[in-house]
Amino acid sequence: MSEPLLAVDRLSRSFGKLVVLAGLDLSVEAGGIHAIIGPNGAGKTTFFNLVTGALSPDGGRIRFGGSDIAHLPAYRRTALGICRTFQNIRLFGSMTALENVLLGLHCRTRGGLLAPLLGVPFRRSPGEVAARERAVAVLETVGLAAKAHQSAVELPYGEQRRLEIARALASAPRLLLLDEPSAGMNPLETLELEALITQVNRRGVTILLIEHKMSLVMRLSKIVTVLNFGQKIAEAAPAEIQHDPRVIEAYLGS
Amino acid sequence: MLSDHTVSILIFAGIDVIMALSFYLPASAGQLSAGQGGFMALGAYASAYLTVHHGAPFPLALAAGALVGGLVGLAVGFPALRLRGLYLVLVTFGFGEMVRVLFLNAPAFGGPAGFAGIPPATTIWYVLGLLVVLVYFFTRVSGSRMGRAFAALRDDEAAAEAMGVNATYVKLVAFAAGGVIAGLGGGLYAHYTLFIDPEAFGVGRSLFVMLYAVFGGLASFWGAVAGAAILSILPELLRWVKDWREILYGLLVLIMMLVRPQGLLDAALLARLSARGERAAARG
Repeated sequence: MSEPLLAVDRLSRSFGKLVVLAGLDLSVEAGGIHAIIGPNGAGKTTFFNLVTGALSPDGGRIRFGGSDIAHLPAYRRTALGICRTFQNIRLFGSMTALENVLLGLHCRTRGGLLAPLLGVPFRRSPGEVAARERAVAVLETVGLAAKAHQSAVELPYGEQRRLEIARALASAPRLLLLDEPSAGMNPLETLELEALITQVNRRGVTILLIEHKMSLVMRLSKIVTVLNFGQKIAEAAPAEIQHDPRVIEAYLGS
Repeated sequence: MLSDHTVSILIFAGIDVIMALSFYLPASAGQLSAGQGGFMALGAYASAYLTVHHGAPFPLALAAGALVGGLVGLAVGFPALRLRGLYLVLVTFGFGEMVRVLFLNAPAFGGPAGFAGIPPATTIWYVLGLLVVLVYFFTRVSGSRMGRAFAALRDDEAAAEAMGVNATYVKLVAFAAGGVIAGLGGGLYAHYTLFIDPEAFGVGRSLFVMLYAVFGGLASFWGAVAGAAILSILPELLRWVKDWREILYGLLVLIMMLVRPQGLLDAALLARLSARGERAAARG
């Protein structure tokens, strides 16, 4: 059996006396859509923050593509192929939709502060032209090419969520972490999102999904992990998980 | 031709614009510095020392002053990495004061008596030439990979890091580049006033530099250019009110900040201006 794309061993993290993750073991196989569900406060977003490097773990290992990344800074992990979206949308407010996606290309492009001084005056450098073409192509995949030059934060809510996915896709991730991508979406937007996630996954991007809308989880994911109080309480195919007594208890209380 | 008096006003205004740009660069990456006067002092003293004591040619001395500003900017950037907002303002303010006290106690640089006998070398052409280079530089940076990384850090540092921006590196680059530009401003200043003392680069200088950029608006480097040009030429236009000049100046700044707290050139105005420029280009 091949090594999983992401393998987390005994991962733990506390905030003061509050233990948010208590020795979590979790593996994500390459190529699939893996959902993480659980009640509020179960540690789902903290888990994402530890995997992406926004937080450092108190203990445990995080292996990605065979190497230990638990102590790499966030930007190095992005370069290795881990990227995310945020539960509360965090687009760059001063930028257009296109510029947000261009920022996602940061780790796939080169050029320092003085680089723009080289080259033909008043003409974009070949690197910048190529980056813009790529960014427009990524915007096309999420259906936002027509809005490229609009201010990112002035887009309708559902489009902001799609733009966040586009920005993450621009970094050419192998593993894409989506933190409640359907939050606040209406049923039509949710359907479009489902199609987009499927399309991205078909292109070979492994997806790790935190989601509260069970219908979406059931339709999209191959495997579901259930967290409660910082520990894995169940892991199975979506059809089985719905009937698992431990899961029902976690959600409904005993 | 322009009178000597007018040329002098333009040279000081040009140096103020350069200083405002030195504040704008780190500010565009979210790093507010209240110590740009300190970098200016380093550039001024370093370049003057080279021309006076080593007979260095002016361009070389100017470049050396910029280099000193940049290296010290890098050094100041390190402690600044952990600080944000008001705390960063305080630390950079402390740095500016440190530089002032350092030169106050350095006999080799004249101490409190100041550093005199600097050869006249700064001309309006030097100031305008460097301004043209800087404006070109800033127009190029704003649509570049690094320019976007600056803006991303200012908008949301955690999101920028999650998208692959090395925040440590980008912040250090921003601080160092701000130091280089302020160092240039200092060298130009020293070789125009021909006499410098530590008081010329104190808190007042740092705060005025900050005021210029904020007054003009931080949405674009044009704000720093406009703010510094207007606020340094304004006192000359207000001479006719005599004793009321300072009060009127303060009042105008106050009214402006109340009416347009986002600065003279905000994002909306810039968008309108650039749209008009594009339409004109399309017609032409």
